[in-house]
Amino acid sequence: MKPLDAARERWISLAEKFAAERADDDAWLRDLRAESLARFADQGFPNTKQEEWRYTRVTPMAEVPFQLGCPATTPVTRSAIEDKASPVFACSLYVFVDGRFEPALSALATRTDVHVESLRALDTAIEPPLGSLVDTKQHPFAALSTALLDDGAVLRVPKGAQVTDPLHLVFVATGSREPRATQPRLFIDASENSRVQVIQDFVSLSDDVGLTNGVSEIRVGAGAQVDLVTIQRENAGSFHFSNVSARLGRDARFSHHNLTLGGRLVRNDLEVVLEEEGADCTLNGLFIGAGEQVIDNHTLLDHAVPHGTSRQLYKGILGGRSRGVFRGRVIVRPNAQKTVAYQSNPNLLLTTGARVDSKPQLEIYANDVKCGHGSSIGQLDQDAIFYLRTRAISEPRARQLLTRGFAQQILAALPVAALTEGLHEPLGDRLAEATSSPGSKP
Amino acid sequence: MSESPNAELEKLANREYQYGFVTDIEEDRAPPGLNEDIVRLISSKKEEPEWLLKWRLKALRRFLELLENETEPTWSHVHYPKIDYQKIVYYSAPKQNVQLESLDEVDPELLATYDKLGISLLEQKRLSGVAVDAIFDSVSVATTFKDELEKQGILFCSFSEAVRKYPDLVQKYLGSVVPYADNFFACLNSAVFSDGSFAYIPKGVRCPMELSTYFRINSAGTGQFERTLLIADEGAYVSYLEGCTAPQRDENQLHAAVVELIALDDATIKYSTVQNWYPGDENGVGGIFNFVTKRGACRGKRSKISWTQVETGSAITWKYPSCILQGDDSVGEFYSVALTTKHQQADTGTKMFHIGKNTRSTIISKGIAAGHGEQSYRGLVHIGPKAEGARNYSQCDSLLLGDQCGAHTFPYLEVENASAQVEHEATTSKIGEDQLFYCRQRGLTEEDAISMIVNGFCKEVLRELPMEFAVEAQSLLGLSLEGSVG
Repeated sequence: MKPLDAARERWISLAEKFAAERADDDAWLRDLRAESLARFADQGFPNTKQEEWRYTRVTPMAEVPFQLGCPATTPVTRSAIEDKASPVFACSLYVFVDGRFEPALSALATRTDVHVESLRALDTAIEPPLGSLVDTKQHPFAALSTALLDDGAVLRVPKGAQVTDPLHLVFVATGSREPRATQPRLFIDASENSRVQVIQDFVSLSDDVGLTNGVSEIRVGAGAQVDLVTIQRENAGSFHFSNVSARLGRDARFSHHNLTLGGRLVRNDLEVVLEEEGADCTLNGLFIGAGEQVIDNHTLLDHAVPHGTSRQLYKGILGGRSRGVFRGRVIVRPNAQKTVAYQSNPNLLLTTGARVDSKPQLEIYANDVKCGHGSSIGQLDQDAIFYLRTRAISEPRARQLLTRGFAQQILAALPVAALTEGLHEPLGDRLAEATSSPGSKP
Repeated sequence: MSESPNAELEKLANREYQYGFVTDIEEDRAPPGLNEDIVRLISSKKEEPEWLLKWRLKALRRFLELLENETEPTWSHVHYPKIDYQKIVYYSAPKQNVQLESLDEVDPELLATYDKLGISLLEQKRLSGVAVDAIFDSVSVATTFKDELEKQGILFCSFSEAVRKYPDLVQKYLGSVVPYADNFFACLNSAVFSDGSFAYIPKGVRCPMELSTYFRINSAGTGQFERTLLIADEGAYVSYLEGCTAPQRDENQLHAAVVELIALDDATIKYSTVQNWYPGDENGVGGIFNFVTKRGACRGKRSKISWTQVETGSAITWKYPSCILQGDDSVGEFYSVALTTKHQQADTGTKMFHIGKNTRSTIISKGIAAGHGEQSYRGLVHIGPKAEGARNYSQCDSLLLGDQCGAHTFPYLEVENASAQVEHEATTSKIGEDQLFYCRQRGLTEEDAISMIVNGFCKEVLRELPMEFAVEAQSLLGLSLEGSVG
């Protein structure tokens, strides 16, 4: 049997065992898992013959015999979290250890402006229903994640609420010698005219191989604003798959900032549908590759109605023998007139052996629109390096400065100023790693 | 603003195809169907050598395999009913028994056809200095200026003649750029190609005139499978023109051509196309399916291949003229204007494979969609690991006229070398009301203003066309915009 088929069988039996263990869960949850499992079974793991997975082989992940995440044997300390997930927003910190909510590490101040709950502890129904915002027919990993759904964060922002401090959700992988898989879930429902900022932080506490297969579902109500920052800084042996799916209501604003700093094989799928008029969407991304890393970003922006605006900026910095992929798809549906959509994907190749595949796409079925995209792949400007050297700055330092400048645009655009400042150092470390990562011989 | 632009657009969409007429000439045709007998028949009609027949049969077997496994490509952004490859007539030749020495001997009806198309061979021969190898359905019927070219050592003739006269050159290069199993349609073409053009420019020769071929599809229910092979030896230069118009038919006609270009050291090939085949009527009935494989190999150092195309016809266009930049410092260019109206669909673009060092490529693509037209740019820029200092610049702009049409951009950029620089940019918009207002305020009618803006939009591409073609291309675009568009 081919590795992907074997893996499919293995995961299906894992999910069936999981379902049997959780026979006491609510009926809706059991049904959701069963339906998602059927969808995963239909699709199996994707191969590179599929257009959506053309540049990314998932075989390395499929070959690892993952076990489902179980609670950590050694307790996780608060200081370990603060160390890895810096800067920490202590007043609104929510920690998930191997996929499970950990109240002891979380700030449990009884908030009135926003309801943050663990999915397992949830006693009221979620509306729109969980799993309805992500298309599990198209995304095998989202289907698998939902089939194994255990715990997650449910954020409900009441009508008109203005949440001033960012909510910091840290998903910690403790690691064990037997590789573990977790399925973190984030659900955000921002009601009319509310406003919230959320930071989703993925960290590992050890160097063990792990799999994070997360799904985030976001509904942004009329006039509401949601800013979501995703920071992925897991260890160099981690596999990370994520599906972020957002639906925007009338005059809603949504921004997503996706920082990929770690992992071995990372695939981010992002889907935003502008469902009602006047919605606005910003998608920013920064991915930094080193070593043998593969980072694949797929975005889909669906302008379903008139008067929507969107802008995307995904920047890639690739060192060593790493590979970066960007595929951005913008669809402007018939009648979605007055749409303004821009998309840009500049990439920096630092070493011989690094590779970038960029595939920005525009599909436009309406005429009164302004749409554009751009993509570039290149190196640091020789003139700029020369200029800095004439100012007595060494060449390595000059390269570092310029690379930093390239990345800074995304960092500076983060919605939380404290985060921009706090990430300055981790980002510098990561850039140094990418710059010094050896490439292959020319 | 007034409603007139839409009304004008409708007028454009409803414009009758001007070149829709059928020339009534007796022809020699094979029964429909695809099998070994047909391939053997074509090959024997052409008096081909054994190796070519074998090559065709290899291709046929592969194609039948592909057909059986249902691997007809579906990835392109076009929709059409399934083609029954067994219903197509694969061979049809106008009946002409003797080889003609001069144009006077050509069937007068045939010449009249060209006149209606505005291509008078005689006139061209006399005035413009263009040698025309006219292809009428599948057999080359008139070749002009051959003697003059021969003096320079340039070989320019129909493909079947080349097979007879220069078998070594044909055998050496045929299928070397587009192998018989390259893709579904190239495979079909390799099995059943009937004729085409062949040109060889010897070392250091600059071809003194534009080589030109006019294609016509004339016979009902026949597919046309042309094969063009163009070789520019070291230091040679050639500019090749290809233009097409087709008569009006109700059933869809398949055209699956293959063009292979080979440029050796320091050679330059410029290949220009104006394609104006029957696009189907306003309900999307009929029209040509234009599924073409065009590829050039820059084999030599400092060689250059430049593709320019103006695509205004065909119900469906599926075409990606490509460059394989093998030689160090070689250059590939692609300039394209594609216009889709009525129910036309076009999925077109290019592929640039950078293999050699310091290779450069430029892609300029302009798409105009009106009516229910669907328009896609699909392009690949691949920079191989050894292509040090490779450089690419791509720009793809789309103009949407009307709210029922679509424009799409699917670029693929694959870079495996850190010293490469690749840039891609695309925009999609309609003609700005402020632009129109500005022109109108300067005393232009709306129609003139739009015509001017569209011409300006395409200018970067049109100016790449040789003079002879630029005129035709502009008038083609002009016709489409006539009264219209505003």
